[in-house]
Amino acid sequence: MNSLIDLEKIVNSELSTKIKSSKIKHNQIYLNITNEDLIDVILFLKTNKNTKFKQLIDITAVDYLETEKRFKMVYLMLSHEFNNRVQVDFLINESDFVSTVIPLFPAANWMEREVFDMYGIKFKDHPDLRRILTDYGFEGHPLRKDFPLTGHSEVRYSETEKKVIYEDVKLEQNYRNFDFESPWKGTQYIKDKIKE
Amino acid sequence: MSKQKKKLNLNFGPQHPAAHGVLRLILELDGEVVEKADPHIGLLHRGTEKLIENKTYTQAIPYFDRLDYVAPMNQEHAFALAIEKILKIDVPIRAQYIRVIFCEIGRILSHILNVTTQALDVGALTPSLWGFEERETLMTFYERVSGSRLHANYFRAGGVHQDLPRGLAEDIGEFCQNFPKIINDLENLLTDNRIFKQRNVDIGIVSKEDALDYSFSGVMLRGSGIPWDLRKSQPYECYEQFDFKIPIGKNGDCYDRYLCRIEEMKESVKIINQCLVSIPKGPVKSLDGKLSPPPKKELKESMEALIHHFKLFTEGFRVDKDELYVAVEAPKGEFGVYLLSDGTSKPYKCKIRAPGFSHLQAMDYLIKGHMLADVPAVLGSMDVVFGEIDR
Repeated sequence: MNSLIDLEKIVNSELSTKIKSSKIKHNQIYLNITNEDLIDVILFLKTNKNTKFKQLIDITAVDYLETEKRFKMVYLMLSHEFNNRVQVDFLINESDFVSTVIPLFPAANWMEREVFDMYGIKFKDHPDLRRILTDYGFEGHPLRKDFPLTGHSEVRYSETEKKVIYEDVKLEQNYRNFDFESPWKGTQYIKDKIKE
Repeated sequence: MSKQKKKLNLNFGPQHPAAHGVLRLILELDGEVVEKADPHIGLLHRGTEKLIENKTYTQAIPYFDRLDYVAPMNQEHAFALAIEKILKIDVPIRAQYIRVIFCEIGRILSHILNVTTQALDVGALTPSLWGFEERETLMTFYERVSGSRLHANYFRAGGVHQDLPRGLAEDIGEFCQNFPKIINDLENLLTDNRIFKQRNVDIGIVSKEDALDYSFSGVMLRGSGIPWDLRKSQPYECYEQFDFKIPIGKNGDCYDRYLCRIEEMKESVKIINQCLVSIPKGPVKSLDGKLSPPPKKELKESMEALIHHFKLFTEGFRVDKDELYVAVEAPKGEFGVYLLSDGTSKPYKCKIRAPGFSHLQAMDYLIKGHMLADVPAVLGSMDVVFGEIDR
């Protein structure tokens, strides 16, 4: 088995210009790259004989609402042969396009559709970029941080119209978000006592 | 006179017993041969990931029961492990054993359901009647330990909610004595059954390369001959201490996947038996008062305990800023949680990686060129549950 340290060295030397930073934590490698290098990096990780990350585990995004580069794309990969996991991530603007990785991994199709559905991130050259999890005709991108938890519309069966109708959400009571933040932290002497 | 060929579009589901939930499958047929399948999912989408972002870590656990509702505790396990890895908590040995016992019970629950309903889909009614009786017994174990048959909400960061009630370990042991006989009965009905074989052998074949490319995991991967099980290859909890085998298929068809599941149930029974023999005494959750709520008795006497109780059930415990991906071998495959914490008591982002999502995606690839009647067989052998696919 390739140790993670060796692997990090290999990736850094072969892709020196493309890796912005790398680290080893929680028994896996984290690679930070840029949007433009995505295809090259993923292709390298998949095909190189020392890496062989043959399986794409998942694609997801994180919304950092306040920052200039709003979204972070996250690609998780697994190498069965060397028993390693890698996380590839990069930041993008709201209007940026991300290249699709479907030619490398057919499994990326639905994963990218889900990211598009949930965050509104568009993928270049995706053959079928439809919504996947939300309702037919849904508007908005639910996992964005500025999307309200209760959503915008609700459905019910209307007895008069004899069909299911869509209405704006009307809440009896507003969603309440209590602020419990306090300086309460773990006391050291208890932690010490347990360790003994 | 020449006959004009016309393609038929068939809408399968979302209300169809063989769709295993709310799957809408739009099939393009040429006669009886399927040319294209377009699964429409999301009819059971409940916004689990959005909800989790708005709940404390403890409040988020019940949402995991509702993903793959056939084996609830296996999902909770992944989330609990993720929190524990970030907080670097040591889980007491007894709690680890209890978790393994219930994860394996979950695996049996899921495999019984899958094997018997797959048989039902291809025309055999009896196995499901026999199998569901056993599931009922197993769900009683769930009920006795957590108070609920399905949505257990039993695992916690740092252990489990409470210890096994008196007599439960013995009853699980007794079940493990009897269950191999039930598996044999099921096998007598199915394994050499001519009809069952005709419907499953050489149907929905997955090659090794395609299994990897389509992100298959669990039985879908092992059925194609790739020896990969996270319990062995990336052991979590105390799985390395147990002696069990990983059954592997050869042809990658529906029948091999059925055989894998049957063998896995037998291995699960073995693991539970080993657990029951060597389960040590001791605490069942972390003793850190900042993480696990104090026992009820202490609330009346100790000021500290009262404060802890109050803070844990209002603010919840905080999790340091970190990000990681943790996966467990759920009955259906690799179930993973990508957790991004920001130092508060609520997750900033929690992506759930459901095995069924990738499996169902390959429906078009698997079913192309097969007959319409093979659709339920392939769907059955993929073991889809819409709770986890739609999230």
